[in-house]
Amino acid sequence: MVLIFAESTNGKFKKAAFEAVSYGYRVAQAMGSECAALVLGDAAEASQLGNYGASKVYRIGDASLRHFDSQVYTAAIAGAVEKLGASVVILSHSSTGKSLLGRLAVKLNAGSVAGASALPTIGDEFKVRKNVFSGKAVAEYVISSPIKLISLMGNAVAPEATGGTAEVAALEVALPASRITVKEVKTIEGTVPLPEAELVVSAGRGLKGPENWQIIEDLADTIGATTACSRPVADSDWRPHHEHVGQTGVAIRPNLYIAIGISGAIQHLAGVNRSKVIVVINKDPEAPFFKAADYGICADLFDVVPRLTDAIKKFKAANN
Amino acid sequence: MKLLVCISKTPDTTSRIAFTNDNTTFDSNGVQYILNPYDSWYALVRALELKEQLGGSVTIVNVGPSSNDAIIRKGLAIGADNAVRIDADPKSALYVAHQIAEFAKAENFDIVFLGKETIDYNGSEVGAMLAEYLDTPYISYATQMDVEGTTATISREIEGGTEVIEVALPLTVSCAKGMAEQRIPNMRGIMMAKRKPLKVVPPAESADLSTVSTYELPAEKSSVKMLDPENMDELVRLLHEEAKVL
Repeated sequence: MVLIFAESTNGKFKKAAFEAVSYGYRVAQAMGSECAALVLGDAAEASQLGNYGASKVYRIGDASLRHFDSQVYTAAIAGAVEKLGASVVILSHSSTGKSLLGRLAVKLNAGSVAGASALPTIGDEFKVRKNVFSGKAVAEYVISSPIKLISLMGNAVAPEATGGTAEVAALEVALPASRITVKEVKTIEGTVPLPEAELVVSAGRGLKGPENWQIIEDLADTIGATTACSRPVADSDWRPHHEHVGQTGVAIRPNLYIAIGISGAIQHLAGVNRSKVIVVINKDPEAPFFKAADYGICADLFDVVPRLTDAIKKFKAANN
Repeated sequence: MKLLVCISKTPDTTSRIAFTNDNTTFDSNGVQYILNPYDSWYALVRALELKEQLGGSVTIVNVGPSSNDAIIRKGLAIGADNAVRIDADPKSALYVAHQIAEFAKAENFDIVFLGKETIDYNGSEVGAMLAEYLDTPYISYATQMDVEGTTATISREIEGGTEVIEVALPLTVSCAKGMAEQRIPNMRGIMMAKRKPLKVVPPAESADLSTVSTYELPAEKSSVKMLDPENMDELVRLLHEEAKVL
Protein backbone atom coordinates (compact mmCIF):
# COMPACT_ATOMS: atom_id res chain seq x y z
CA MET A 1 0.00 0.00 0.00
CA VAL A 2 1.03 3.59 -0.69
CA LEU A 3 0.10 5.76 2.32
CA ILE A 4 -0.01 9.54 2.01
CA PHE A 5 0.00 11.81 5.04
CA ALA A 6 -2.39 14.60 3.95
CA GLU A 7 -1.60 17.75 5.94
CA SER A 8 -4.36 19.95 7.20
CA THR A 9 -4.57 23.06 9.39
CA ASN A 10 -7.69 23.94 11.34
CA GLY A 11 -9.54 21.15 9.60
CA LYS A 12 -8.72 22.33 6.07
CA PHE A 13 -6.38 20.59 3.64
CA LYS A 14 -3.41 22.44 2.23
CA LYS A 15 -2.74 22.47 -1.51
CA ALA A 16 0.35 20.37 -0.74
CA ALA A 17 -1.95 17.63 0.58
CA PHE A 18 -3.76 17.32 -2.78
CA GLU A 19 -0.41 17.31 -4.59
CA ALA A 20 0.85 14.52 -2.32
CA VAL A 21 -2.29 12.42 -2.81
CA SER A 22 -2.12 12.90 -6.61
CA TYR A 23 1.54 11.86 -6.54
CA GLY A 24 0.80 8.88 -4.30
CA TYR A 25 -2.02 7.78 -6.59
CA ARG A 26 0.38 7.64 -9.54
CA VAL A 27 3.00 5.75 -7.47
CA ALA A 28 0.33 3.23 -6.44
CA GLN A 29 -0.76 2.80 -10.06
CA ALA A 30 2.84 2.14 -11.12
CA MET A 31 3.17 -0.45 -8.36
CA GLY A 32 -0.25 -2.00 -8.93
CA SER A 33 -1.04 -1.21 -5.33
CA GLU A 34 -3.68 0.54 -3.24
CA CYS A 35 -3.54 4.28 -2.51
CA ALA A 36 -4.72 5.39 0.94
CA ALA A 37 -4.47 8.71 2.74
CA LEU A 38 -3.95 9.39 6.42
CA VAL A 39 -5.36 12.45 8.19
CA LEU A 40 -4.48 13.48 11.73
CA GLY A 41 -6.69 15.60 13.98
CA ASP A 42 -9.84 17.25 12.71
CA ALA A 43 -9.87 17.32 8.94
CA ALA A 44 -13.51 18.01 8.29
CA GLU A 45 -13.80 16.86 4.71
CA ALA A 46 -11.47 13.88 4.69
CA SER A 47 -13.53 12.22 1.93
CA GLN A 48 -12.54 14.92 -0.60
CA LEU A 49 -9.12 13.24 -0.87
CA GLY A 50 -10.92 10.55 -2.89
CA ASN A 51 -11.18 13.04 -5.71
CA TYR A 52 -7.35 12.99 -6.01
CA GLY A 53 -7.02 9.23 -6.06
CA ALA A 54 -7.17 7.96 -2.48
CA SER A 55 -9.39 4.90 -2.35
CA LYS A 56 -9.52 5.00 1.43
CA VAL A 57 -8.88 7.70 4.02
CA TYR A 58 -7.80 6.72 7.52
CA ARG A 59 -8.20 9.20 10.28
CA ILE A 60 -6.66 9.36 13.73
CA GLY A 61 -8.85 11.90 15.50
CA ASP A 62 -7.03 12.10 18.84
CA ALA A 63 -7.35 15.61 20.36
CA SER A 64 -3.60 15.73 21.05
CA LEU A 65 -3.02 15.90 17.26
CA ARG A 66 -4.64 19.32 17.01
CA HIS A 67 -1.25 20.94 17.55
CA PHE A 68 1.84 19.79 15.74
CA ASP A 69 4.43 17.88 17.74
CA SER A 70 6.84 15.87 15.58
CA GLN A 71 7.15 13.14 18.22
CA VAL A 72 3.41 12.54 18.56
CA TYR A 73 2.82 12.81 14.79
CA THR A 74 5.67 10.38 14.13
CA ALA A 75 4.12 7.86 16.51
CA ALA A 76 0.75 8.30 14.78
CA ILE A 77 2.09 7.89 11.23
CA ALA A 78 4.46 5.04 12.11
CA GLY A 79 1.61 3.30 13.94
CA ALA A 80 -0.61 3.62 10.87
CA VAL A 81 2.16 2.37 8.56
CA GLU A 82 2.63 -0.73 10.71
CA LYS A 83 -1.10 -1.41 11.15
CA LEU A 84 -1.87 -0.99 7.45
CA GLY A 85 1.31 -2.60 6.14
CA ALA A 86 2.23 0.37 3.92
CA SER A 87 5.42 0.01 1.87
CA VAL A 88 5.65 3.54 0.47
CA VAL A 89 4.93 6.59 2.63
CA ILE A 90 4.54 10.05 1.13
CA LEU A 91 4.67 13.38 2.97
CA SER A 92 4.79 16.99 1.80
CA HIS A 93 8.20 18.69 1.94
CA SER A 94 6.73 21.42 4.16
CA SER A 95 7.70 22.70 7.62
CA THR A 96 5.64 19.81 9.02
CA GLY A 97 6.91 17.17 6.58
CA LYS A 98 10.54 18.18 7.10
CA SER A 99 10.13 17.69 10.86
CA LEU A 100 8.67 14.21 10.33
CA LEU A 101 10.57 12.57 7.48
CA GLY A 102 13.83 12.02 9.37
CA ARG A 103 12.07 10.85 12.52
CA LEU A 104 10.03 8.32 10.50
CA ALA A 105 13.17 7.11 8.71
CA VAL A 106 14.71 6.21 12.07
CA LYS A 107 11.54 4.81 13.61
CA LEU A 108 10.62 2.66 10.59
CA ASN A 109 14.23 1.88 9.62
CA ALA A 110 13.37 3.22 6.17
CA GLY A 111 15.38 4.92 3.44
CA SER A 112 14.15 8.42 2.60
CA VAL A 113 14.35 11.05 -0.11
CA ALA A 114 13.67 14.61 1.10
CA GLY A 115 12.11 16.94 -1.45
CA ALA A 116 11.42 14.65 -4.43
CA SER A 117 10.93 16.58 -7.68
CA ALA A 118 9.45 13.80 -9.85
CA LEU A 119 7.67 10.46 -9.74
CA PRO A 120 9.88 7.50 -8.77
CA THR A 121 11.21 5.05 -11.34
CA ILE A 122 10.17 1.61 -10.20
CA GLY A 123 11.97 -1.42 -11.61
CA ASP A 124 14.63 -3.65 -10.10
CA GLU A 125 15.47 -0.60 -8.01
CA PHE A 126 13.29 2.12 -6.52
CA LYS A 127 14.74 5.43 -7.73
CA VAL A 128 13.68 8.95 -6.78
CA ARG A 129 15.01 12.25 -8.12
CA LYS A 130 15.47 15.50 -6.23
CA ASN A 131 17.22 18.83 -6.67
CA VAL A 132 20.55 19.24 -4.91
CA PHE A 133 23.18 22.00 -4.57
CA SER A 134 20.40 24.60 -4.21
CA GLY A 135 18.88 23.77 -7.58
CA LYS A 136 22.18 23.59 -9.49
CA ALA A 137 21.96 19.82 -10.02
CA VAL A 138 19.61 16.84 -9.80
CA ALA A 139 20.47 13.63 -7.92
CA GLU A 140 18.83 10.25 -8.36
CA TYR A 141 18.59 8.24 -5.14
CA VAL A 142 18.10 4.52 -4.77
CA ILE A 143 16.05 3.47 -1.74
CA SER A 144 16.91 -0.08 -0.73
CA SER A 145 14.83 -0.65 2.42
CA PRO A 146 11.46 -2.49 2.46
CA ILE A 147 9.66 0.70 3.57
CA LYS A 148 10.32 3.76 1.39
CA LEU A 149 9.81 7.36 2.51
CA ILE A 150 9.41 10.35 0.21
CA SER A 151 8.67 14.00 0.93
CA LEU A 152 7.33 15.76 -2.14
CA MET A 153 8.59 19.24 -3.07
CA GLY A 154 5.77 21.78 -3.30
CA ASN A 155 4.53 22.67 -6.80
CA ALA A 156 6.47 19.74 -8.35
CA VAL A 157 3.31 17.95 -9.52
CA ALA A 158 -0.06 19.50 -10.21
CA PRO A 159 -2.98 17.99 -8.27
CA GLU A 160 -5.24 16.10 -10.69
CA ALA A 161 -8.85 15.32 -9.93
CA THR A 162 -9.77 11.69 -10.65
CA GLY A 163 -13.45 12.03 -9.79
CA GLY A 164 -13.04 9.16 -7.34
CA THR A 165 -14.54 8.82 -3.89
CA ALA A 166 -13.04 7.54 -0.68
CA GLU A 167 -14.48 5.90 2.36
CA VAL A 168 -13.28 7.36 5.67
CA ALA A 169 -12.34 4.98 8.46
CA ALA A 170 -11.18 5.71 11.99
CA LEU A 171 -7.87 4.30 13.11
CA GLU A 172 -6.68 3.80 16.68
CA VAL A 173 -2.98 4.21 17.42
CA ALA A 174 -1.35 4.53 20.84
CA LEU A 175 0.22 7.99 21.16
CA PRO A 176 2.85 9.28 23.60
CA ALA A 177 2.24 12.39 25.72
CA SER A 178 3.44 15.60 24.07
CA ARG A 179 6.45 17.34 25.58
CA ILE A 180 5.78 20.65 23.85
CA THR A 181 3.14 23.34 24.25
CA VAL A 182 2.15 25.49 21.30
CA LYS A 183 1.64 28.93 22.86
CA GLU A 184 0.65 30.88 19.79
CA VAL A 185 0.24 30.54 16.04
CA LYS A 186 0.59 33.84 14.17
CA THR A 187 -0.56 33.73 10.58
CA ILE A 188 -0.10 36.37 7.94
CA GLU A 189 -3.54 37.35 6.74
CA GLY A 190 -4.62 37.81 3.18
CA THR A 191 -2.35 36.33 0.56
CA VAL A 192 -1.31 32.77 -0.25
CA PRO A 193 1.86 31.89 1.74
CA LEU A 194 5.00 32.19 -0.42
CA PRO A 195 5.96 28.47 -0.37
CA GLU A 196 2.51 27.63 -1.77
CA ALA A 197 2.13 30.55 -4.20
CA GLU A 198 1.90 29.77 -7.92
CA LEU A 199 2.51 33.38 -8.94
CA VAL A 200 5.05 35.62 -7.23
CA VAL A 201 5.93 39.27 -7.85
CA SER A 202 9.23 40.15 -6.19
CA ALA A 203 11.12 43.41 -5.93
CA GLY A 204 14.56 44.56 -4.87
CA ARG A 205 16.67 47.60 -4.18
CA GLY A 206 15.82 48.99 -7.60
CA LEU A 207 12.56 50.24 -6.02
CA LYS A 208 14.69 52.81 -4.12
CA GLY A 209 12.49 52.87 -1.01
CA PRO A 210 9.49 51.30 0.76
CA GLU A 211 7.24 54.19 -0.30
CA ASN A 212 7.44 52.97 -3.91
CA TRP A 213 5.90 49.52 -3.35
CA GLN A 214 2.42 50.45 -4.54
CA ILE A 215 3.26 49.59 -8.17
CA ILE A 216 4.46 46.14 -7.03
CA GLU A 217 1.30 45.53 -5.00
CA ASP A 218 -0.88 46.71 -7.89
CA LEU A 219 0.77 44.26 -10.25
CA ALA A 220 0.53 41.42 -7.71
CA ASP A 221 -3.16 42.16 -7.02
CA THR A 222 -3.94 42.26 -10.72
CA ILE A 223 -2.64 38.73 -11.35
CA GLY A 224 -3.43 37.36 -7.88
CA ALA A 225 0.22 36.91 -6.96
CA THR A 226 1.99 36.88 -3.60
CA THR A 227 4.62 39.60 -3.07
CA ALA A 228 8.22 38.82 -2.19
CA CYS A 229 11.49 40.72 -1.90
CA SER A 230 15.26 40.36 -1.99
CA ARG A 231 17.49 40.16 1.07
CA PRO A 232 18.71 43.81 1.17
CA VAL A 233 15.10 44.97 1.06
CA ALA A 234 14.14 42.80 4.07
CA ASP A 235 17.36 43.68 5.90
CA SER A 236 16.60 47.41 5.49
CA ASP A 237 13.07 46.77 6.84
CA TRP A 238 11.49 48.11 3.66
CA ARG A 239 9.40 44.94 3.66
CA PRO A 240 8.59 42.31 6.33
CA HIS A 241 11.11 39.47 6.75
CA HIS A 242 8.65 36.75 5.78
CA GLU A 243 8.70 38.16 2.23
CA HIS A 244 12.44 37.52 1.83
CA VAL A 245 13.13 34.87 -0.82
CA GLY A 246 16.60 33.47 -1.50
CA GLN A 247 19.08 31.20 0.17
CA THR A 248 18.72 32.58 3.70
CA GLY A 249 15.04 33.41 3.27
CA VAL A 250 12.29 31.26 1.81
CA ALA A 251 13.06 28.95 -1.13
CA ILE A 252 10.20 28.91 -3.62
CA ARG A 253 9.28 27.28 -6.94
CA PRO A 254 6.23 29.08 -8.31
CA ASN A 255 4.94 28.76 -11.87
CA LEU A 256 5.76 32.42 -12.50
CA TYR A 257 8.36 34.58 -10.77
CA ILE A 258 8.52 38.24 -11.78
CA ALA A 259 11.73 39.85 -10.48
CA ILE A 260 11.69 43.64 -10.50
CA GLY A 261 14.78 45.69 -9.73
CA ILE A 262 16.67 42.64 -8.41
CA SER A 263 20.19 42.13 -9.82
CA GLY A 264 20.15 38.35 -9.28
CA ALA A 265 23.02 37.55 -6.89
CA ILE A 266 23.78 33.85 -6.71
CA GLN A 267 22.31 33.62 -3.17
CA HIS A 268 19.03 35.05 -4.45
CA LEU A 269 18.97 32.71 -7.46
CA ALA A 270 19.55 29.70 -5.17
CA GLY A 271 16.13 30.35 -3.64
CA VAL A 272 14.16 31.01 -6.83
CA ASN A 273 15.91 29.20 -9.71
CA ARG A 274 13.42 26.33 -9.67
CA SER A 275 10.58 28.66 -10.67
CA LYS A 276 9.03 27.43 -13.92
CA VAL A 277 9.00 30.78 -15.72
CA ILE A 278 11.11 33.79 -14.72
CA VAL A 279 10.50 37.36 -15.92
CA VAL A 280 13.20 39.91 -15.12
CA ILE A 281 12.67 43.67 -15.26
CA ASN A 282 15.87 45.62 -14.71
CA LYS A 283 17.40 48.74 -16.22
CA ASP A 284 20.95 47.33 -16.04
CA PRO A 285 21.58 45.19 -19.15
CA GLU A 286 24.47 43.51 -17.27
CA ALA A 287 22.25 42.33 -14.37
CA PRO A 288 23.15 38.63 -13.86
CA PHE A 289 19.46 37.77 -13.39
CA PHE A 290 18.87 38.08 -17.18
CA LYS A 291 20.95 34.90 -17.66
CA ALA A 292 18.50 32.95 -15.50
CA ALA A 293 15.39 34.54 -17.03
CA ASP A 294 12.93 33.30 -19.66
CA TYR A 295 11.73 36.80 -20.53
CA GLY A 296 13.65 40.00 -19.93
CA ILE A 297 12.78 43.67 -20.11
CA CYS A 298 15.65 46.10 -19.89
CA ALA A 299 14.05 49.41 -18.90
CA ASP A 300 13.17 51.69 -16.00
CA LEU A 301 10.87 49.68 -13.77
CA PHE A 302 8.90 52.78 -12.76
CA ASP A 303 7.75 53.07 -16.41
CA VAL A 304 7.39 49.40 -17.22
CA VAL A 305 5.63 47.96 -14.17
CA PRO A 306 2.49 50.17 -14.35
CA ARG A 307 2.35 49.48 -18.09
CA LEU A 308 2.54 45.72 -17.46
CA THR A 309 -0.25 46.01 -14.86
CA ASP A 310 -2.41 47.85 -17.42
CA ALA A 311 -1.67 45.26 -20.11
CA ILE A 312 -2.74 42.46 -17.76
CA LYS A 313 -5.94 44.32 -16.83
CA LYS A 314 -6.70 44.72 -20.52
CA PHE A 315 -6.00 41.03 -21.14
CA LYS A 316 -8.21 39.98 -18.21
CA ALA A 317 -11.06 42.21 -19.37
CA ALA A 318 -10.84 40.75 -22.88
CA ASN A 319 -10.80 37.16 -21.61
CA ASN A 320 -13.64 37.39 -19.15
CA MET B 1 24.24 24.07 30.01
CA LYS B 2 25.83 21.37 27.85
CA LEU B 3 25.39 22.29 24.20
CA LEU B 4 26.17 20.40 20.99
CA VAL B 5 26.31 21.97 17.52
CA CYS B 6 26.37 19.68 14.47
CA ILE B 7 28.38 21.19 11.65
CA SER B 8 28.70 20.25 8.02
CA LYS B 9 31.28 21.05 5.36
CA THR B 10 29.69 22.26 2.10
CA PRO B 11 30.86 23.73 -1.19
CA ASP B 12 30.66 27.52 -1.22
CA THR B 13 27.43 28.87 -2.80
CA THR B 14 29.39 30.28 -5.74
CA SER B 15 31.11 26.95 -6.55
CA ARG B 16 30.87 25.49 -10.02
CA ILE B 17 28.98 22.20 -9.66
CA ALA B 18 30.32 19.25 -11.71
CA PHE B 19 30.45 15.46 -11.47
CA THR B 20 32.96 12.72 -12.39
CA ASN B 21 33.06 8.91 -12.74
CA ASP B 22 30.07 8.74 -15.09
CA ASN B 23 28.18 11.32 -13.04
CA THR B 24 28.30 9.23 -9.88
CA THR B 25 30.69 11.39 -7.84
CA PHE B 26 30.74 15.09 -6.98
CA ASP B 27 33.80 16.71 -8.55
CA SER B 28 35.60 18.49 -5.71
CA ASN B 29 38.32 19.74 -8.04
CA GLY B 30 38.83 23.46 -7.41
CA VAL B 31 35.84 23.66 -5.07
CA GLN B 32 36.11 26.06 -2.14
CA TYR B 33 34.64 24.46 0.98
CA ILE B 34 33.01 26.35 3.80
CA LEU B 35 31.26 25.69 7.09
CA ASN B 36 27.59 25.28 6.14
CA PRO B 37 26.23 28.85 6.58
CA TYR B 38 23.14 27.96 8.64
CA ASP B 39 25.28 25.84 11.02
CA SER B 40 27.85 28.55 11.46
CA TRP B 41 25.77 31.77 11.39
CA TYR B 42 22.72 30.66 13.33
CA ALA B 43 23.20 27.33 15.17
CA LEU B 44 26.73 27.87 16.46
CA VAL B 45 26.33 31.55 17.34
CA ARG B 46 23.04 31.05 19.22
CA ALA B 47 24.67 28.20 21.19
CA LEU B 48 27.61 30.47 22.06
CA GLU B 49 25.25 33.26 23.16
CA LEU B 50 23.36 30.86 25.44
CA LYS B 51 26.63 29.65 26.94
CA GLU B 52 27.70 33.26 27.54
CA GLN B 53 24.38 33.92 29.25
CA LEU B 54 23.92 30.70 31.24
CA GLY B 55 27.38 29.14 31.50
CA GLY B 56 28.37 25.67 30.30
CA SER B 57 30.15 24.44 27.20
CA VAL B 58 29.72 24.28 23.43
CA THR B 59 30.95 21.18 21.59
CA ILE B 60 30.92 20.93 17.81
CA VAL B 61 30.64 17.60 16.03
CA ASN B 62 31.29 16.71 12.39
CA VAL B 63 31.22 13.45 10.46
CA GLY B 64 34.01 13.43 7.89
CA PRO B 65 37.62 12.66 6.95
CA SER B 66 40.71 14.43 8.31
CA SER B 67 40.51 16.95 5.46
CA ASN B 68 37.53 18.43 7.37
CA ASP B 69 39.77 19.54 10.25
CA ALA B 70 40.35 23.01 8.77
CA ILE B 71 36.59 23.64 8.72
CA ILE B 72 36.22 22.29 12.26
CA ARG B 73 39.00 24.67 13.44
CA LYS B 74 36.94 27.54 11.97
CA GLY B 75 34.09 26.55 14.27
CA LEU B 76 36.51 26.53 17.20
CA ALA B 77 37.82 29.95 16.12
CA ILE B 78 34.27 31.34 16.19
CA GLY B 79 34.14 30.23 19.83
CA ALA B 80 33.23 26.55 20.40
CA ASP B 81 35.12 25.01 23.33
CA ASN B 82 35.98 21.65 21.85
CA ALA B 83 35.28 19.48 18.82
CA VAL B 84 34.66 15.87 17.92
CA ARG B 85 35.18 14.47 14.44
CA ILE B 86 33.72 11.09 13.64
CA ASP B 87 36.18 9.68 11.18
CA ALA B 88 33.94 8.46 8.33
CA ASP B 89 32.69 9.44 4.90
CA PRO B 90 29.28 11.14 5.42
CA LYS B 91 27.44 8.86 2.98
CA SER B 92 23.82 9.74 3.70
CA ALA B 93 21.68 11.72 6.14
CA LEU B 94 20.72 8.58 8.06
CA TYR B 95 24.36 7.51 8.30
CA VAL B 96 25.45 10.93 9.62
CA ALA B 97 22.58 11.13 12.13
CA HIS B 98 23.31 7.63 13.41
CA GLN B 99 27.02 8.42 13.90
CA ILE B 100 26.29 11.65 15.79
CA ALA B 101 23.61 9.92 17.88
CA GLU B 102 26.02 7.15 18.89
CA PHE B 103 28.43 9.79 20.18
CA ALA B 104 25.81 12.11 21.74
CA LYS B 105 23.81 9.42 23.58
CA ALA B 106 26.34 9.01 26.35
CA GLU B 107 27.00 12.75 26.68
CA ASN B 108 23.53 13.96 27.77
CA PHE B 109 23.52 17.30 25.97
CA ASP B 110 20.81 19.74 27.00
CA ILE B 111 20.35 21.15 23.50
CA VAL B 112 21.50 19.83 20.12
CA PHE B 113 21.68 22.56 17.44
CA LEU B 114 21.79 22.23 13.65
CA GLY B 115 21.37 24.61 10.71
CA LYS B 116 17.98 24.44 8.95
CA GLU B 117 19.56 22.46 6.08
CA THR B 118 22.89 22.08 4.30
CA ILE B 119 23.34 24.03 1.10
CA ASP B 120 24.54 20.94 -0.80
CA TYR B 121 21.88 18.25 -0.30
CA ASN B 122 19.12 20.57 1.02
CA GLY B 123 17.34 17.69 2.77
CA SER B 124 16.79 19.07 6.29
CA GLU B 125 16.75 15.46 7.52
CA VAL B 126 19.60 15.00 10.00
CA GLY B 127 18.00 17.06 12.81
CA ALA B 128 14.76 15.08 12.79
CA MET B 129 16.68 11.79 12.64
CA LEU B 130 18.90 12.80 15.52
CA ALA B 131 15.90 13.85 17.63
CA GLU B 132 14.34 10.42 17.05
CA TYR B 133 17.57 8.59 17.94
CA LEU B 134 17.98 10.71 21.09
CA ASP B 135 14.25 10.64 21.91
CA THR B 136 13.94 14.43 22.26
CA PRO B 137 11.39 16.92 20.94
CA TYR B 138 12.47 18.48 17.62
CA ILE B 139 11.78 22.07 16.67
CA SER B 140 12.71 22.93 13.08
CA TYR B 141 13.30 26.29 11.40
CA ALA B 142 13.67 28.17 14.69
CA THR B 143 14.04 31.92 14.29
CA GLN B 144 14.20 32.84 18.00
CA MET B 145 15.00 30.90 21.14
CA ASP B 146 15.28 31.79 24.80
CA VAL B 147 16.03 29.44 27.67
CA GLU B 148 14.95 29.88 31.26
CA GLY B 149 15.75 27.12 33.73
CA THR B 150 14.91 23.90 31.92
CA THR B 151 12.37 25.41 29.52
CA ALA B 152 13.00 26.86 26.07
CA THR B 153 10.64 29.25 24.29
CA ILE B 154 11.08 29.01 20.53
CA SER B 155 9.55 30.74 17.50
CA ARG B 156 9.57 28.68 14.34
CA GLU B 157 8.70 29.45 10.74
CA ILE B 158 5.66 27.70 9.32
CA GLU B 159 4.02 28.26 5.93
CA GLY B 160 2.47 31.71 6.07
CA GLY B 161 3.29 32.44 9.70
CA THR B 162 5.08 31.72 12.94
CA GLU B 163 4.49 29.26 15.75
CA VAL B 164 5.60 29.97 19.33
CA ILE B 165 6.40 26.86 21.35
CA GLU B 166 7.38 26.06 24.90
CA VAL B 167 9.41 22.93 25.34
CA ALA B 168 11.29 21.25 28.18
CA LEU B 169 14.99 20.40 27.74
CA PRO B 170 16.62 18.27 26.41
CA LEU B 171 15.73 19.11 22.82
CA THR B 172 16.99 19.21 19.25
CA VAL B 173 16.57 22.42 17.25
CA SER B 174 17.30 23.45 13.64
CA CYS B 175 18.12 27.12 13.14
CA ALA B 176 17.09 29.66 10.49
CA LYS B 177 17.65 33.37 9.89
CA GLY B 178 16.79 35.43 12.94
CA MET B 179 18.34 33.08 15.54
CA ALA B 180 21.61 35.01 15.74
CA GLU B 181 23.95 37.31 13.85
CA GLN B 182 26.94 35.89 12.03
CA ARG B 183 30.28 36.14 13.93
CA ILE B 184 33.57 36.53 12.11
CA PRO B 185 36.48 34.87 13.95
CA ASN B 186 39.12 37.32 15.17
CA MET B 187 42.87 36.75 15.35
CA ARG B 188 42.74 35.75 19.02
CA GLY B 189 40.00 33.22 18.27
CA ILE B 190 42.00 31.77 15.40
CA MET B 191 45.13 31.43 17.59
CA MET B 192 43.17 29.85 20.45
CA ALA B 193 41.42 27.43 18.09
CA LYS B 194 44.77 25.78 17.35
CA ARG B 195 45.08 24.68 20.98
CA LYS B 196 41.46 23.63 21.58
CA PRO B 197 40.79 19.87 21.80
CA LEU B 198 39.66 18.11 18.59
CA LYS B 199 38.93 14.49 19.38
CA VAL B 200 38.75 11.96 16.55
CA VAL B 201 36.52 8.94 17.14
CA PRO B 202 35.95 5.87 14.93
CA PRO B 203 32.52 5.40 13.31
CA ALA B 204 29.89 2.99 14.59
CA GLU B 205 28.51 0.16 12.47
CA SER B 206 25.72 1.63 10.29
CA ALA B 207 23.67 0.71 7.23
CA ASP B 208 22.76 2.89 4.24
CA LEU B 209 19.16 2.73 3.09
CA SER B 210 19.08 5.61 0.60
CA THR B 211 22.07 6.59 -1.53
CA VAL B 212 22.71 8.72 -4.61
CA SER B 213 23.24 6.60 -7.72
CA THR B 214 23.72 9.35 -10.32
CA TYR B 215 23.79 13.10 -10.67
CA GLU B 216 22.93 15.31 -13.58
CA LEU B 217 23.10 19.00 -14.35
CA PRO B 218 19.81 20.64 -15.27
CA ALA B 219 19.18 21.26 -18.97
CA GLU B 220 20.69 24.59 -20.07
CA LYS B 221 18.08 27.28 -19.93
CA SER B 222 17.34 28.51 -23.44
CA SER B 223 18.57 32.05 -23.68
CA VAL B 224 16.41 34.86 -22.39
CA LYS B 225 13.89 36.49 -24.75
CA MET B 226 14.40 40.24 -24.49
CA LEU B 227 11.18 42.15 -25.07
CA ASP B 228 10.33 45.69 -26.12
CA PRO B 229 9.59 47.70 -22.95
CA GLU B 230 7.00 49.69 -24.93
CA ASN B 231 5.02 46.57 -25.76
CA MET B 232 3.82 44.90 -22.55
CA ASP B 233 0.88 43.33 -24.44
CA GLU B 234 3.47 41.10 -26.07
CA LEU B 235 4.79 39.91 -22.67
CA VAL B 236 1.24 39.17 -21.51
CA ARG B 237 0.58 37.27 -24.76
CA LEU B 238 3.75 35.17 -24.29
CA LEU B 239 2.98 34.44 -20.64
CA HIS B 240 -0.49 33.31 -21.66
CA GLU B 241 0.15 31.45 -24.94
CA GLU B 242 3.77 30.28 -24.76
CA ALA B 243 4.54 29.91 -21.04
CA LYS B 244 0.90 29.19 -20.13
CA VAL B 245 1.22 30.74 -16.68
CA LEU B 246 -1.40 33.49 -16.98
